[in-house]
Amino acid sequence: MSSIIAEGLKSVASYKSALIGAAIILMLVGISIYTVAAIPYDEAVRLWRAGEQTWIEAPRNAYPTWYSYILQKRLPETIIKDSSKPELGVNKVIVPAGETIKVLRIEMSFAFDYDDIPSEINIFYTVRYNKSAPQITMTWIKPDGTEIELRKFNPGSDGAYYLSVDASLASREVERLVNKFGQRPSYELTPTVSLFAVEDRSILERDTVTVMKGVYRLSVEGLLLDPQSDFDLKLVVYGKVYGWAGTDHLRRDIGIALLWGTPIALTFGLIASVSIALIQMAIGAVSAWFGGVVDNFIQRVTEVFIVLPFLPTLIMVSTLYKIDIWTILLVVIILLSFGPGVKNYRAVFLQLKESQYIEAAKAFGAGAPRIILLHLVPRVIPTMIPAIVYSVADFVFLEAALAILGIGDPRTPTWGKVIEDSFYGGALFKGLYYWTLQPAFLLLITSLSFALVGLTLDKIFNPRLREV
Amino acid sequence: MQVKRIALYLARRGIVLFLTVVAAVYVTILIANMGGYVDEIIKSEVLFRVSTSVYQNPAYRGLNETALKKLVTELYENEIKRLGFDQPFFIRSFNYLADALTLNLGRALFLSSDSGSRNVRIILMERLPNTVLLFTTTQLILFFIGLFGGLYLSRKYGSRTDKIVSLLAPFSALPGWFYGLFLIIIFASVLRILPYGGMVDIPPPTDRFEYALSVLRHMILPIMSWLIAYSFFNIYTRRTFFLIFSKEDFVEVAKAKGLPEDLVRRRYILRPTLPPIVTDLSLTLIASWTGAVITETVFNWPGVGRLFYEAAALFDTPVIVGLVVIYAYLLAITVFVLELVYAILDPRIRIGVS
Repeated sequence: MSSIIAEGLKSVASYKSALIGAAIILMLVGISIYTVAAIPYDEAVRLWRAGEQTWIEAPRNAYPTWYSYILQKRLPETIIKDSSKPELGVNKVIVPAGETIKVLRIEMSFAFDYDDIPSEINIFYTVRYNKSAPQITMTWIKPDGTEIELRKFNPGSDGAYYLSVDASLASREVERLVNKFGQRPSYELTPTVSLFAVEDRSILERDTVTVMKGVYRLSVEGLLLDPQSDFDLKLVVYGKVYGWAGTDHLRRDIGIALLWGTPIALTFGLIASVSIALIQMAIGAVSAWFGGVVDNFIQRVTEVFIVLPFLPTLIMVSTLYKIDIWTILLVVIILLSFGPGVKNYRAVFLQLKESQYIEAAKAFGAGAPRIILLHLVPRVIPTMIPAIVYSVADFVFLEAALAILGIGDPRTPTWGKVIEDSFYGGALFKGLYYWTLQPAFLLLITSLSFALVGLTLDKIFNPRLREV
Repeated sequence: MQVKRIALYLARRGIVLFLTVVAAVYVTILIANMGGYVDEIIKSEVLFRVSTSVYQNPAYRGLNETALKKLVTELYENEIKRLGFDQPFFIRSFNYLADALTLNLGRALFLSSDSGSRNVRIILMERLPNTVLLFTTTQLILFFIGLFGGLYLSRKYGSRTDKIVSLLAPFSALPGWFYGLFLIIIFASVLRILPYGGMVDIPPPTDRFEYALSVLRHMILPIMSWLIAYSFFNIYTRRTFFLIFSKEDFVEVAKAKGLPEDLVRRRYILRPTLPPIVTDLSLTLIASWTGAVITETVFNWPGVGRLFYEAAALFDTPVIVGLVVIYAYLLAITVFVLELVYAILDPRIRIGVS
């Protein structure tokens, strides 16, 4: 048997398409090993289920970084400046101005050299005081010197200032532009746009508004009214690209799901196809060998399972028990163990049963288990391999399909999960194609590579096919 | 003698098929009622209905709290008895089975038809035409593409077209709905010339001709996605099938006799391969009846597959059992008819060689 396999491997090499397929499979296995080693499963699940807090500094629905090359323009990346972490361009000074009162001054500056306006701006602040909260004034200074007062307030506790959705700032900005150009902007101007746009008439139209490049500054002045009082802030200017895979509607890095989807898809596909084929073969062998009542019973059970609709039954079971992906795998195996494959294997075994070497084994007094395991099964395994390899693709897609129906494992990040999210996040309506296409592409190359290898193996192991 | 043997054979097969249907439906009932969960839902719904009706009935307004509660319990127990819930599940499951097998499909627990009916039969009949329209059409097109493409290629074996089809066959490893995603992106999102999904424009056109046109427009993408997904593989397998058959000895003999190629193809290749092809076609058409859950989800097509999914997600047992029982009956009848045809045609059965 080993010689058959060695022979097979040699002929696989002579098919170019199978080589490509095998190379892709190897690459996916490599990615899986890397992923499992680099991001532990629990960590991946935690990151994927973490919600806004973990991902608050990542942009929402950001493109993958390589989009910049395709669009031939530099899309903004996320810029973060933190006053509690001094660095170049971040200055924080506290000067005493009386017995208890101190004056706080924070200056942040960053160069903005991108070709597009950022997606969002948030300021997160922490504050410390005994009795009276500090008075804070924040001013935005554009590269051309335009000063815009953002907000004047007394922060009572730690919090966030969601600058992009500040309605009062938005209306003050519109007023400022009306005073400057004598005309209202023809669209709904958001603070993000007005803080980053070139200050001329182009800002009045949505289609002409352009980004102003240069050094931006955020200047914060504050009165600290207690001796122990302190104030720090973190400015986050969200970009339009993030990582190599972009982010979804919950700001999560899609890359995590794409990476973790690989080992899950491969394991799910391989375990399902191998174990189902082996079980079906075993059942077929028993059915063919014993015949009579056993055969009859197995055939009837198989027919019952063929009548049962597979997907709806699976949906029922998984909705009822809210099961995780490995239990789903088990249910899939149980439901398909008595599938139509049993009938095919039975037919093959019925033919083999009559062959002379089996008769010889019987004459030597070999028992049923011995003949089935040592003489029948090894003869059939080479012919099964192509079908096993080919059907891996089916199960990879089954997992994705369950996720798209919303009944997959909700905890585990998988490719199908990302596609489902992208559907409900309206990716296809909003033009966020990367969101759907990246996991789809991975699904495509995975199943295609297994199919290529499977079809080639089929030609090799079934000589009748090789002739034609 | 011959007729008697065939009749005996068919009777035996008929009984076996019927028992298969019974078993499959019973298993479905067991799964769909899993752990008595569905019963609990029904019971709580009944309790809710009974207590609202009692508390809102002006006739009972004079009664005090304990009397009202007693009344509710009494009415609830009556209702439970009326629904047959006082019996253990084991006995009830056979009542369900009997109802299902006599096509007494009953009322849905949660789902209702667009016209507002809870009758399972009406719900089903509302979805069925949609699915038949889309998937039976698709399967028929696929079947004929496969048949004629396969025949053509088996003649042009080794040609460039043959090589291209063989090369494209592995792309059928991706399911139809998956190609659907790409088609939606191309034709709906980017080009904006075809709808994202659904069956008809909203609001539906009042004119009959416009209505049909709108439905056709909505059918283009789902049908296209299936054709792209399965055509090449269908052609490829049929071609291989015909090629293997054309290498059979009796075909070689016919060729050696010098029979015209057309005759060889018709009488010596197509005729013996016809039974498996017909079986294939009939089973595919029956299966197409259950729709395709995921394709219907992706394209938002209001068919039986979607209904199956909705029912499974809501544990609407009557709807699930109704769908399974109809499918099982249709499948069994199809298999039986096929066996009847083969019993008449197949000499082995005719003369009683087992």
